[in-house]
Amino acid sequence: MSVPSLRFKDVGLHLGGDWRLRGLSTVLPAGGITAVMGPNGSGKSLFLRLAMGVLSPDEGAVLWGAQRAADSRGARGFVFQRTPILRRSVFSNVAYPLQISGATKAEIRARVDHWLARANLTHKAQDPAARLSGGEAQRMALARALVRDPQVLLLDEPSASLDPRSTAALEHLIQEVAADGVKICLSSHDIGQAKRLSTDIVFLHEGQVAEQAEAQRFFASPQTEAACTYLEGRL
Amino acid sequence: MIRFCVVGLTLLAMVASAQDRSITLASTTSTQNSGLYDHLLPLFEAETGIAVQVIAVGTGQALRIARNGDADALMVHHRPSEDAFVAEGYGRARVDVMYNDFVLVGPRDDPAGIRNAQSVREALALIAASGAPFASRGDDSGTHKKELGLWAAAGLTPQAPWYLETGSGMGATLNTATALGAYSLSDRGTWISFGNKQEHRLLLSGDPALHNPYGAIVVNPERHPHVKADLAQTFVDWLVSDTGQEAIGAFLIDGQQPFCPDAPSFRGARLAAGIICPSPLQGN
Amino acid sequence: MTTWEAVWHLVSTGDAVLMGIISLSLYVSLTAVAIASLVGAPLGAALVLFSFPGRRMLVVLASSLMALPPVVVGLFVYLGLSRAGPLGSLGLLFTPTAMIIAQTILILPIIVALTREAVRPVYTEYAEFLRAVEARPLQRLRTVLWDARFAVITAVLAGFGRAIAEVGAVLIVGGNIAGVTRVMTTTIALETSRGNLELALALGLILIAIALSLNSLIHLAARIGARYQPSP
Repeated sequence: MSVPSLRFKDVGLHLGGDWRLRGLSTVLPAGGITAVMGPNGSGKSLFLRLAMGVLSPDEGAVLWGAQRAADSRGARGFVFQRTPILRRSVFSNVAYPLQISGATKAEIRARVDHWLARANLTHKAQDPAARLSGGEAQRMALARALVRDPQVLLLDEPSASLDPRSTAALEHLIQEVAADGVKICLSSHDIGQAKRLSTDIVFLHEGQVAEQAEAQRFFASPQTEAACTYLEGRL
Repeated sequence: MIRFCVVGLTLLAMVASAQDRSITLASTTSTQNSGLYDHLLPLFEAETGIAVQVIAVGTGQALRIARNGDADALMVHHRPSEDAFVAEGYGRARVDVMYNDFVLVGPRDDPAGIRNAQSVREALALIAASGAPFASRGDDSGTHKKELGLWAAAGLTPQAPWYLETGSGMGATLNTATALGAYSLSDRGTWISFGNKQEHRLLLSGDPALHNPYGAIVVNPERHPHVKADLAQTFVDWLVSDTGQEAIGAFLIDGQQPFCPDAPSFRGARLAAGIICPSPLQGN
Repeated sequence: MTTWEAVWHLVSTGDAVLMGIISLSLYVSLTAVAIASLVGAPLGAALVLFSFPGRRMLVVLASSLMALPPVVVGLFVYLGLSRAGPLGSLGLLFTPTAMIIAQTILILPIIVALTREAVRPVYTEYAEFLRAVEARPLQRLRTVLWDARFAVITAVLAGFGRAIAEVGAVLIVGGNIAGVTRVMTTTIALETSRGNLELALALGLILIAIALSLNSLIHLAARIGARYQPSP
């Protein structure tokens, strides 16, 4: 199966009277786990939203194969930094994307049960989702993003504000999903997490891709000054 | 909730099916509040199968409702307005149905001393002079029009602070009068049936100026083709028939007869039917 | 028999006239609230979700008409339905249908405005997620209405409370005809003016009971809704 790549072509994004991204070009590798890194305000969240297609660039284009990202959202799943929790049961939350795309009841039941089991939430299926802990809520969000079998999973700071145990559980699930062949792109301000999970790195600085490299190489010998100072914790 | 809806729909269906054999009568609060219709209408419906739906408002509004074609028949008590209504072509002929009289009521201790007045004129002059409160309908009803006419005939201009216009029906005005210790002009029927008299008493009656005739009119179908003139005519004919007249005469509240049947064809038979109209106000 | 004994007798024996009046009241107000909700709730949500010409005007209109005086609604419906008015040929004046129309108009703005308030925070939270899963406009509308359901129920109950308690509109367009358009509030007004307080009081007690149960329902909806509400 050939999975298209996500391509940013000379992308500019104007927000709040400022060019937050400008002249940004990159191609994400078709497989593996890409970590989007960079200091606060470097545009990691915007990068992921452009990749998802919930934001559209003011200049250039974000492409998924031959299609624009905004026209092919169904191929990707998204987990937000602060997950919107639907005011329903855990089961209904995970089922929601399938209902939207008109799946049959039996199909929904089978797929939701599968993903609830993988997210270790089967025992909470009928609870109001708002009752979940932070870690459980993020695992539910992951299950919800995966329930339609996306080819790419985009995660915006998925473990921000989680305790170490919840973070470990979430990372475990992410690695399993990646092993199944789902392309993953996540942003993280946690250098340790990026090291543990990623196969390659996109390093953003001042609205552009400052450096892009295989993970091992990036952490061993960053090529730009910005990346060096960032990894030393001074940026 | 479903059950209530079912009940409601059944009700609506009943209303709808009854619609063909029902008429709307625009009438006055005085007749309605006395309970007269609760007594008459079941008798009429049993005899003819026609349901009469009463809209009880002031005479002025009743005439307006009928003028717009929103009622099939009228029974009101202000002769000049009724004659104008017919003259303008809105109604068929007006017929005499019954009469009673207006009475002046007030607190038992009677601060203005109207109890011994020789006429309404004198009584109103005493009230105005004493400054004791007087509760007026102030709603363009037959009673209100009558009251204004009485003040005018007495050459007086009632005014605040002692003259209080309630702008409501007869019963509500009597409630106000009893609560404020005010005098008021009421039709006898409403006064007799009024349940909240407290310390109020009937203080003056019997002046021919207090005569209160009720007339019935069928709304003219030439003006409003949708009007159920035939059914309405049946009702008015029944009101002035011997059966209807006897029914009016038989209506009692606490043993008192509030309305005197007065159809021209029945006047001669009234005594023979055992109906005594003690009021000295016969005729105009 | 004292007044209170008479009241108790009316209520406890299920007096036929009393029951007829109560069921007509419920029929009229429940029908009005059903119609107003079917129209008003989606409209209130649409005011949040979609931008279309006249949206701002509708928002302002709905919130200013929330306090619409019942007698004014009654007057307009009366003028419209009178034989001399534009809809006179329908022959609806002084029927329960006229009362339903008046009450629907009376409570529609309440349901629209309160639904909008209920849906707004939900949509703020959901908007990006709904775009990400490619929910179509109607699906979005259904989603936010459903997820704001407890607050929307409160809006509907508030509308019902206003309808069942108002007297001005139903009196004018219904005419207070015994057995046909006489409802609880108009009966209370009439019987009070007749000085017969027993039936008026019995109905007053029932209205109070309805108000209390409505309030309990609103609190219950809020309590259940809180279980689904994410903590901030």
